[in-house]
Amino acid sequence: MKKSVTYSLFGALALGAAFAAPANAADVSACLITKTDTNPFFVKMKEGATAKAEELGVALKTYAGKIDGDNESQVAAIESCIADGAKGILITASNTKAIVPVVQKARDAGILVIALDTPLEPTDAADATFATDNFKAGELIGQWAAKTLGDAAADAHIAYLDLTPSQPSVDVLRDQGFMQGFGIELGDPNRIGDETDPRNVCHDITNGNEEGGRTAMENCLQKDSAINVVYTINEPAAAGAYQALKSVGREQDVLIVSVDGGCPGVKNVAEGVIGATSQQYPLLMASLGIEAIKKFADTGEKPEPTEGKDFFDTGVTLVTDKPVDGVPSIGTEEGMEKCWG
Amino acid sequence: MVEPASASREPQEFEGVLAQSAGGVASFESHEKTFFLRIQHFLHSSPAAVPLIILVLSVIAFGLLVGGSFFSAFSLTLILQQVAITGIVAAAQTLIILTAGIDLSVGAIMVLTSVVMGQFTFRYGLPAPLAILSGFAVGALCGWINGMLVAHVRLPPFIVTLGTWQIFLATNFLYSANETIRAQDIETNAPILQFFGNSFRVGGAVFTYAVILLVLLVFLIWYVLNHTAWGRHVYAVGDDPVAAELSGVRVKRTLVSVYVVAGLICALAGWALIGRIGSVSPTAGQFSNIESITAVVIGGASLFGGRGSILGTLFGALIVGVFSLGLRLWGTDPQWTYLMIGLLIIVAVAIDQWIRKISA
Repeated sequence: MKKSVTYSLFGALALGAAFAAPANAADVSACLITKTDTNPFFVKMKEGATAKAEELGVALKTYAGKIDGDNESQVAAIESCIADGAKGILITASNTKAIVPVVQKARDAGILVIALDTPLEPTDAADATFATDNFKAGELIGQWAAKTLGDAAADAHIAYLDLTPSQPSVDVLRDQGFMQGFGIELGDPNRIGDETDPRNVCHDITNGNEEGGRTAMENCLQKDSAINVVYTINEPAAAGAYQALKSVGREQDVLIVSVDGGCPGVKNVAEGVIGATSQQYPLLMASLGIEAIKKFADTGEKPEPTEGKDFFDTGVTLVTDKPVDGVPSIGTEEGMEKCWG
Repeated sequence: MVEPASASREPQEFEGVLAQSAGGVASFESHEKTFFLRIQHFLHSSPAAVPLIILVLSVIAFGLLVGGSFFSAFSLTLILQQVAITGIVAAAQTLIILTAGIDLSVGAIMVLTSVVMGQFTFRYGLPAPLAILSGFAVGALCGWINGMLVAHVRLPPFIVTLGTWQIFLATNFLYSANETIRAQDIETNAPILQFFGNSFRVGGAVFTYAVILLVLLVFLIWYVLNHTAWGRHVYAVGDDPVAAELSGVRVKRTLVSVYVVAGLICALAGWALIGRIGSVSPTAGQFSNIESITAVVIGGASLFGGRGSILGTLFGALIVGVFSLGLRLWGTDPQWTYLMIGLLIIVAVAIDQWIRKISA
């Protein structure tokens, strides 16, 4: 059975390659520009885009910044794409405001620009945005945490392990979404840390990695040792927080929730390190993006946003093995099949 | 009025001026001129004093500002845990800076070695101790490459390590495919990788093995720098390589050995890093190079080489840790931490320049 699957895959690949070769000559070319090419999220995005481009006969070139926040490399990449005569650009912008002028230059040159994962500021600076609803992602884990605690949610001690001091939009949306889902009154929904609810006992930053997650958790425990709910910006930060909790013997009685749905993260959900995580789908964003560029090249039609939102929602799903009533979720087995990185 | 000594004869006319001149035998100039000059001299002879004073003052200040949650055995030892990795890397950085060099690649070497230790165990199924040794070999090799380029090809250390920083980091990402090895897998299959994450308690104080490692390492390096020929050669090479060469120090060999030792210490930090974060993560330690230089500079070492102390570096790392935790517990925006650390750097370098005037 397995063998036949492999054979048919090979067959499909071979066929794909055979069809793709002449189609390349049809010269629809596209660019994919990611923040970095080291983060598994972008690696998966590149995989999705490359596979779809091959299938549709689109010539794809990929670029990436050196580190997250590296705007200059992305500007240079867009300029290369314009010079190259690309039909479309897919970009996850490192600096959502600073990239806007050069994006405008590309659009003036008749190129379709789609923001992937990270909306530009303003959102309509790009022709379309294909992204996870990060507020919804936060809301789902917030609802799950509140329902899991039940009555105890009324006097929870919550720590927030956020991304960076500059509060980029994804950071704010997930953090504030969690509060909304948990039932905490928001202050300014564009700002982290201006809430007055006494259940919010600590906000700290992690840079989205294990080291930062551990240090931030240690700091928060110093502030309030009774913390029993931990919101984390992503799964590496959650893994770091777990190490800190373990070192003081608190790993069993603290609820950790996270966002991303990477494979190591989903495994951590399966093993009870993380209670629940909101899974997003980078592969889908990229392949839909390539389809949209192909369609634009063929018909001139631009993609439409999801109804009621200013972007095309590529979906987010709660992954947990302890489902609660009223919050739809999938188990970790299904989560593993859809995970990335 | 009696003429005592020259009873035999009257002083000749030209000898008359001697009465007003100094009568002492050859002696060193005393430094007891003014209060400030005395301080300057004291700081010049003990470079670790300034950071130690700042450290003590900042602990007291945050103890008063924040109170019990900061000034407790638990949180003071927590600071030690939080700075252990930076401190170990900074120890390597100190050796390099003493030779008037700088190493931007320390963090990359650390991450690369930790990835080698993890991947050799999990990808190739090597016994964990062997994988750890391989990590040390990679660390030494990275250091050796830096050292050869600096000593023999005679490129400036800043440029060499600017290049190798990127090279080692890219190698790390390419080799690991940016895959994280999870803490739970390491725990069940190769717990020795997490060795330095183990801890023991003394009352409220918690010491991880990494903290013990840092302290032992600092004292070992302190001993080697002050009481062995190699240690004195390191200072000599940093102070004036030409004079060192003329005095019979093999400058190139010393330089290469310093970079190799630094590479080995970074590998040690890589091992300790696995203990700290539990997992093997290729994205860890992105800012270790800057953090380690910060610790060394705040610790009072001179970037011009030849002056500084490993104890100062330990205090420098701790000052950064105290400010980070203290300001967080006090509840400020994290940007204030960076602002304060920036100020400390400027102050530290200004003090260094002022102290250096004594030898000018």
